[in-house]
Amino acid sequence: MATLDSTQALAGATVPTARTRLDLSTPVMVLFTAALCVLIVLPLGWLLVFAFRDQAGRATLANFQRLLTDPTFVEPLLTTFTIAGSVSLACGAIAAPMAWLVARSDMPARNAVRIIVTASFVTPPFLGAIAWELLAAPNSGLLNQAWRAVTGAPSEEALFDIYTLTGLIFVVCCYTFPYVFVLVANALERVPGDLEDAAAMLGSSRWRTARRITIPLALPALLAGLLVAFLQAMTLFGSPAILALPAGFHTITTKIWSLFQYPPKPELAAAASLPLLVLTVVLLRAQSAILGRRSFAVVGGKGAAPRLVGLGALRWPALALCLALLCLPVFLPYGALVNAAFSKVPSQLLTLDRFTLRNFVFVFSEVSATKLAMKNTFLLGAMAATAGALMALVIAYLTSRAAGRGHRVLGFLAMAPIAVPGIVLGVGLFLAYTRPPFVLYGTLWILLLAYITIELPAAYQQMQSAFHSVHHELEEAGRIFGATRLRVLKDVTGPLLRSSLVATWCFVFVAVVRELSAAVILFTSQTKVLSVLIFDLKESGDLAAIAVLGLSMLVLTALVIVAANSLLGGGSAARLRNN
Amino acid sequence: MSQPTLTRRSLIEGAAALGAATALSSPTWSATPEPSKVTPDLVAAATKEGKAVWYTAVDLPVAERMAKAFEAKYPGIAVRVERSGGERIFQRIGQEYASSIHAVDVVNSSDAAHFIVWKRQGILLPYVPEDVALHYPPEHRDPDGQFASWRIWLSVIGYNTNMVKPEEAPKSFADLLDPKWAGKIVKAHPGYSGTIMTATFQMARDLGWEYFEKLAKQRIMQVQSSADPPKKLALGERAVMADGNEYNLIQMKEKGEPVEIVYPTEGAPLIVGPSGLMKDAPNPNAAKLLMSWMFSQDGQQYLVDFGGLRSAHALVKEKPGRKPLKEIKTMKDDPAAVEAQADEIKAHYARIFKV
Repeated sequence: MATLDSTQALAGATVPTARTRLDLSTPVMVLFTAALCVLIVLPLGWLLVFAFRDQAGRATLANFQRLLTDPTFVEPLLTTFTIAGSVSLACGAIAAPMAWLVARSDMPARNAVRIIVTASFVTPPFLGAIAWELLAAPNSGLLNQAWRAVTGAPSEEALFDIYTLTGLIFVVCCYTFPYVFVLVANALERVPGDLEDAAAMLGSSRWRTARRITIPLALPALLAGLLVAFLQAMTLFGSPAILALPAGFHTITTKIWSLFQYPPKPELAAAASLPLLVLTVVLLRAQSAILGRRSFAVVGGKGAAPRLVGLGALRWPALALCLALLCLPVFLPYGALVNAAFSKVPSQLLTLDRFTLRNFVFVFSEVSATKLAMKNTFLLGAMAATAGALMALVIAYLTSRAAGRGHRVLGFLAMAPIAVPGIVLGVGLFLAYTRPPFVLYGTLWILLLAYITIELPAAYQQMQSAFHSVHHELEEAGRIFGATRLRVLKDVTGPLLRSSLVATWCFVFVAVVRELSAAVILFTSQTKVLSVLIFDLKESGDLAAIAVLGLSMLVLTALVIVAANSLLGGGSAARLRNN
Repeated sequence: MSQPTLTRRSLIEGAAALGAATALSSPTWSATPEPSKVTPDLVAAATKEGKAVWYTAVDLPVAERMAKAFEAKYPGIAVRVERSGGERIFQRIGQEYASSIHAVDVVNSSDAAHFIVWKRQGILLPYVPEDVALHYPPEHRDPDGQFASWRIWLSVIGYNTNMVKPEEAPKSFADLLDPKWAGKIVKAHPGYSGTIMTATFQMARDLGWEYFEKLAKQRIMQVQSSADPPKKLALGERAVMADGNEYNLIQMKEKGEPVEIVYPTEGAPLIVGPSGLMKDAPNPNAAKLLMSWMFSQDGQQYLVDFGGLRSAHALVKEKPGRKPLKEIKTMKDDPAAVEAQADEIKAHYARIFKV
């Protein structure tokens, strides 16, 4: 996600205050550049090496030949593109109107809608997929049972079948549309009101204003959102891993994962990862080309707030439509999970005599891996969030308060992991850190490296836009009014950055807790995390235990976020915002 | 190839290949190690270690119940269960040992072929619990004392009794090819489950791969672990399972859930799940104690009574009301052949079922 501003920031402003710190920042910059090189170049380097060699270590192109000719590879690739394309279009169709309603209309409870979208973003895609199994498995799914009960349809008929390509596309949409939503909503909010006012004053109709001003300014964000949705769907592992096998097909990510089955074929896995990597790079280039050309859309913090459009009698129906749509990623799945957690049979609706706490007892006092996985997950979450936020802070400081070639490289490196899908990075890290000089496989460090690398781009972007939002004119204003530089830092820059830092911390924390695709390649029994534990429970179909563990994981995550915000004073920090 | 009935003697013959293959594959071990008793010294040393890590393919609730029973018997030793399908356990140990990560103390798989590989790799420690020496028939003991049959069960057909009337239920694997079952069958996957790996080998040998080709046309629902098809039946998600654990169905039936077992007329694939101890076990004494307890009469009886599994221990009794193993027609197991053909079986299966 959140890839918009990198190029603009790299073009960054030259700030006079930087000169005094430049001496100090050069060694820091060199250090960070070197660290990022190791972090990114090492795994990707090994990935390349393995992709071009055979089991015996000889150079070969056979892996790619197999990839392009063997139907067991070609079909997953085609399936993946079908999924990604459909998801991207469907997300655009749903998220863009919803984003407009939230950002630009006077629909009631707009903020509540935004928060619920955030809840769907926080939901791990694998957990959402499992919840949708509970809802829409053709026979035992709660929705299908309800449908049969209402219509009296025979037991063989089902309204929904989640174990199909369409079912998978639907579930992926549920947890991908927030990316489009956030990008478009933020863009719409940033459309300067004075431009629209000017158009209105010059006699333009409301529709003409929308067509000539608002839509053109928001369009790049929509296109960017579609690309991000495509990328997310293409590289997603969690949902396909749950739904593709019962449906009888592979996507490229589940195929890569299956190549680690005994005997492991890391060469083929590396080769199969490369198309994902290349395509991601290409699409990101396309995205920045689209946005780069239209960068005038982002005008900065000044200007009048955009006018809200009155919906009149449609206000409440609009809200009802939004809430109905949000049933799909949030209300229904969470309802199904709660039902499964407390019910004796996960596929039956909870009643008093079906109520049980047995599943909780099982998960927390009998499953011996629970405690370890919880500890690992939250430890890694906190460590990755802290390290990631601090690294992002330093890098963003260097790139936005100083200019030059070195800083450009640093900014590029910080953004580079965004082009590396989780499972590809997992394969790369596995290849890199199971051999000298750094043998880290089997320790929490390898997972920490993976998490930091995966989340660095988003963290960096958040911090960078934080530095942007504290534009030097604010600092200069403080200086003009006689404040010392320290006072400005303390009273102006500091408070504004602190809330962004907490927001970044929370963002990375949430992302780490829900990460599965790299962890599933990198874990060992001692370094198991919750997402992998849930994934293992799925293997043997322990749905009730999954529901308990998944809900506990989300509740604990929420508590950590609340605690972080109240202790560190994040304010509105945990809100999902792109910039 | 299949045998009409299974007796203790035919089990001996049936598992002889296991003995033969393992004997051939390990020239270095000549004599069976002396049986080991549980001594106060062992208990003290194990308690000092305080923990044991057990990788197992047995269904999680059974595994955790076994672990808790052991912890109750030997307070102060916590057992951590690492449960996944047999094939994933095998993958996990391979991946970890390749990086010199020695995390596992005791290992149990649902694919006996894995022990042939591990023995050849020399990563198992010879250790013969006293009960194994005294009460286990030779065909269920590795001649070099590196592993023994910890549990025995079958892969069976099953159905949901709310969805299928007994008289309409399938009686044989051949019956599952009837078009009336299209879209109603669930089955597990040999790439994840050792049980299904073993069963797929036996069925492909006795019924031919053509059988699977026809079965694949029935729009089956593919799941991973052999513990999952019984659960999908109980949920009511599918009416019939083409393969999966007999022991899950036994447990569910006795709890009153709407499932029924069918022992196919062609013979049910026979699965033997050995256990062994790792040479580089991080908690060697706790590992030995855990091994000894799991092979003891108590441990085995618990496994049978609670888990619905079968035991090779001579003193362990089958639970009344269950069909005794010797009255069931089974296929013949052959771990050496599974070991030789494992990759081919997985690849062939993936070609037929597309996953």
